[in-house]
Amino acid sequence: MVPTMRQEATMLLIHCPYCDKTLPEVEFAYAGEAHIVRPADPAAMSDEAWRDFLFIRTNARGPHFERWRHVHGCARFFNAVRDTVSDRFLATYKAGAPKPDLATLLAETERAR
Amino acid sequence: MTTHADGPVALSMADTGARFSLRIGVTPDDLAAAETAFGAPIFATIGARGREAGRESLCLGPDEWVLTAPEADRAPIATAFAGIGAAHPHSLVDISDREIAIDLEGEAVTALLAQGIAIDLDAFPSGHGTRTVYDGITVVLRRDAAHAFRLEAWRSFVPHVWHRLTEGNKELALGI
Ligand SMILES: [Zn+2]
Repeated sequence: MVPTMRQEATMLLIHCPYCDKTLPEVEFAYAGEAHIVRPADPAAMSDEAWRDFLFIRTNARGPHFERWRHVHGCARFFNAVRDTVSDRFLATYKAGAPKPDLATLLAETERAR
Repeated sequence: MTTHADGPVALSMADTGARFSLRIGVTPDDLAAAETAFGAPIFATIGARGREAGRESLCLGPDEWVLTAPEADRAPIATAFAGIGAAHPHSLVDISDREIAIDLEGEAVTALLAQGIAIDLDAFPSGHGTRTVYDGITVVLRRDAAHAFRLEAWRSFVPHVWHRLTEGNKELALGI
């Protein structure tokens, strides 16, 4: 018998910083890399720099700063640090909050283990 | 009204009255003005419901509420909110016909809902509500008692939701 998605899939739990609840992954949508600032004056940029802003991303192997949206919930965008190898969420925080220091975060995660 | 009782859970399409989507700032001033206009408590905690005299607010997001009330209160509520618009900018949208509500009641109700909902229903307190997802469809779920829930989905998705719920209810009756 071919295993179905339902039998095989495991579900991630994601903490929404607005709802302050840890909820199933199916309520959330991934929304690309976080902390990418839109240039103030696009017309003054070279084509290469504008291309880099639009399309070039980190493609991290390991901890990655990324946006998520609690689309089937409070509907808010927020930021997360997720390890792209293990899928482990190191932290989630509200949009607009400062980017956490990765070394501190990794040390805290290690201690919590 | 459509009802279904081919399983342990009684399902019925509920008669609902007026329903509004409210977006307003979360300063205490704004919330107090909205409460006065609405005539029932409006809480800033996501999932919390405030009830008074048939009117109810449910906090869905940091600045989003769904307000429900008897049909006769529809026009008075819209008028009351229009009165606070200048001092407390907000958006109040009449969404009475956007969603259809399904009432579910019975001891097996959490087992039936868990067929399509991933959140931990045992940890979902009575008197609370939330937006979540049922079998891929965004729904608003309220728990009114240990064994009584109300599920609201957008009108065009309801045939699918109703079909899944009634089939699931038959499965529960057959013990599969
Ligand atoms: Zn949320």
